[in-house]
Amino acid sequence: MSDTERHTISVLVDNEAGVLARVIGLFSGRGYNIESLTVAEVDAANALSRITVVTTGTPMIIEQIKAQLDRLVPVHKVVDLTNDGPYVERELALVKVKASGNRRVESLRIADIFRARAIDSTGESFVFEISGSTEKLDAFIGLMEPLGLVDVSRTGVAAIARGMEGL
Amino acid sequence: MASREMTGSEIVLKALVDQGVDTVFGYPGGAVLPIYDAIFAQNELRHVLVRQEGGAVHMAEGYARSTGKVGVVLVTSGPGATNAVTGLTDALMDSVPVVCLTGQVPTHLIGNDAFQEADTTGITRPCTKHNYLVKEMEQLPRVMHEAFHVARSGRPGPVVVDLPKDILMGKGAYSGPENFVHRSYQPGTKADAGAIAEAVELMANAKRPLFYVGGGVINSGPEASKRLTRLVRLTGYPATVTLMGLGAFPASDPQCLGMLGMHGMYEANLAMHGCDVMINVGARFDDRVTGRLADFSPGSKKIHIDIDPSSVNKNVPVDVPLIGDAGEVLGQLLRAWKAREPRPDNAALETWWRRIEAWRSRDCLKFAASETSIKPQQAIKRLYERTRDRDVYITTEVGQHQMWAAQYFKFEEPNRWMTSGGLGTMGYGLPAAIGVQVAHPESLVIDIAGEASFLMNIQELSTAVQYQLPVKAFVINNQWMGMVRQWQELLHGGRYSESYTAALPDFVKLAEACQWTGLRATHPDELDDAIDAMIATDGPVIADIVVEKEENCFPMIPSGAAHNEMLLGPDEKAEAPVSEEGMVLV
Repeated sequence: MSDTERHTISVLVDNEAGVLARVIGLFSGRGYNIESLTVAEVDAANALSRITVVTTGTPMIIEQIKAQLDRLVPVHKVVDLTNDGPYVERELALVKVKASGNRRVESLRIADIFRARAIDSTGESFVFEISGSTEKLDAFIGLMEPLGLVDVSRTGVAAIARGMEGL
Repeated sequence: MASREMTGSEIVLKALVDQGVDTVFGYPGGAVLPIYDAIFAQNELRHVLVRQEGGAVHMAEGYARSTGKVGVVLVTSGPGATNAVTGLTDALMDSVPVVCLTGQVPTHLIGNDAFQEADTTGITRPCTKHNYLVKEMEQLPRVMHEAFHVARSGRPGPVVVDLPKDILMGKGAYSGPENFVHRSYQPGTKADAGAIAEAVELMANAKRPLFYVGGGVINSGPEASKRLTRLVRLTGYPATVTLMGLGAFPASDPQCLGMLGMHGMYEANLAMHGCDVMINVGARFDDRVTGRLADFSPGSKKIHIDIDPSSVNKNVPVDVPLIGDAGEVLGQLLRAWKAREPRPDNAALETWWRRIEAWRSRDCLKFAASETSIKPQQAIKRLYERTRDRDVYITTEVGQHQMWAAQYFKFEEPNRWMTSGGLGTMGYGLPAAIGVQVAHPESLVIDIAGEASFLMNIQELSTAVQYQLPVKAFVINNQWMGMVRQWQELLHGGRYSESYTAALPDFVKLAEACQWTGLRATHPDELDDAIDAMIATDGPVIADIVVEKEENCFPMIPSGAAHNEMLLGPDEKAEAPVSEEGMVLV
């Protein structure tokens, strides 16, 4: 695919059994990419969940993805944040590093630069909590690798439009 | 409505009746016994006992497509539900409104690998428009009504409602459909006014226009066909029809170019290739229609009416999408067209029609009749000619006979033609014909079958007998899986791997064993008599029409080719051998 684009799409859905399987099944069944997918209930009173999916494809495929999502029965709204003006996206990662001596000091120093917090530590390891853009997390994890990276857990992207309008 | 407590089963049946259902196609089993108990105690719903659950869904499809109503299926858990999967997929591909009720093991056993347990909602999620597992009693009335709303509105499709046995046996309150509004699924039906104006402008200035008419017109209801016919006649433009759209525009109208696509008419495909404005009404640019995408109708501006936004720009980029119900949008177009008072470019249109007439004069459906053997084309042509003045409904199986039926049987009105288009399900035609006959007991219902497909749901012969349904099976018997054989001849060097059925039943004796009437024609002289006898016989009939074995279906766009690379008959060879890309296409 030549002109592949990356899009962040917000989907407001009924929080009912099977809705996530429906969305994931749509992507796998039709051969679309999922780079990241997050889901959680955002409105308990109305039983609504918000799915944020980051996907790639040609503009025609991206349009298809949105149309296919929109025709799922429990889907209330599909918004392409990438197309609809400025938005912010954040991801959170927990990063475990095993290191001693200089490497241990170096990992702390880099964590400081990236505004990561140590939320667990032993004599030979740290667990850092870091949030930010996907690229920032990638960069941080890349720097930790040679210092003794043991384990990574990432949340996937959560995103929201800038300004005062709601979804 | 304050109501007394009812059992879950009673709520299910009450909801069906309130939704206007009169017939259920089903098969009992452990998990649905409570519903069958409730059926035993009432008179409002008719239950048709099938012989296998797969047959039930095709019957519901035949019923739905010939009436415009929702077809209803009732099967048990586990194998009952999995047997229904092919029919559900078929209904999804062809946008047929079906509600399928499946039994389920009691809620406390779900996930325990209980007897006849299957993850029905998991299995059917990709092959239904939507599905439900009812886990709480108070959801039951809402889910039942929602299922019908979802099945019939927007782009119609199949909906599964999975009903655990404890829910069916529990007690709860019923509420009717009038109290219910779906909170997220409310598809729009009218197209944007600006887009309508744009479409009319394109149409008015067209020099080589073409209507491309699909099954969406039929799904929208008979009024849509009437409006389409008015619009086509008002414009004077030619119209071609898809396999699913046959009958949406009268075949006898001089403006009708017939079916397009892989086995479509020469004039229809060349008009598609050469048009400058295409007006797609409820069709979805299926690969069987477009041929090689890169060369599909390369010079045209495309208007696309579809109720499903995901059909727009899926395979073919279009210039003016009109999202809405075909009937509604055609009404908008008619009004806008009349208001604009277009002055068409008559000289250009005359030239266009002259080109079309030249293509038409090639007479692409001509075939060499034989003195000694029945040609399959001849069989269907004669069937059409001898039934054309009757109130007739046609179903088909899948393969060569299906394409010949689409070519040689002419349909003047919608809902008369039931075929498995998208999924291509062999075994569709016999149960579908039974479903049609249930809905239209006085009409002549014929399954134009191939002998291989016919065997795939042959068990339903006895269903027809049980309900005294005088279905006619017109079996085009060439002993081959004809379309497989044709592709092996044209694409695989004549290596006829496993496409010949060396042992077939004697269809006349089979008919008699099942209390049908059996007839056979083997010689051209016997054809008309067999057709007449089939029609004249009161009960169900198998007419075993033994035809020329190795006849191929033409015209044909070879796999991976464009519309202007059509083969007209057996004497023509493709200009270039089929490409690698063409070979991998199905």
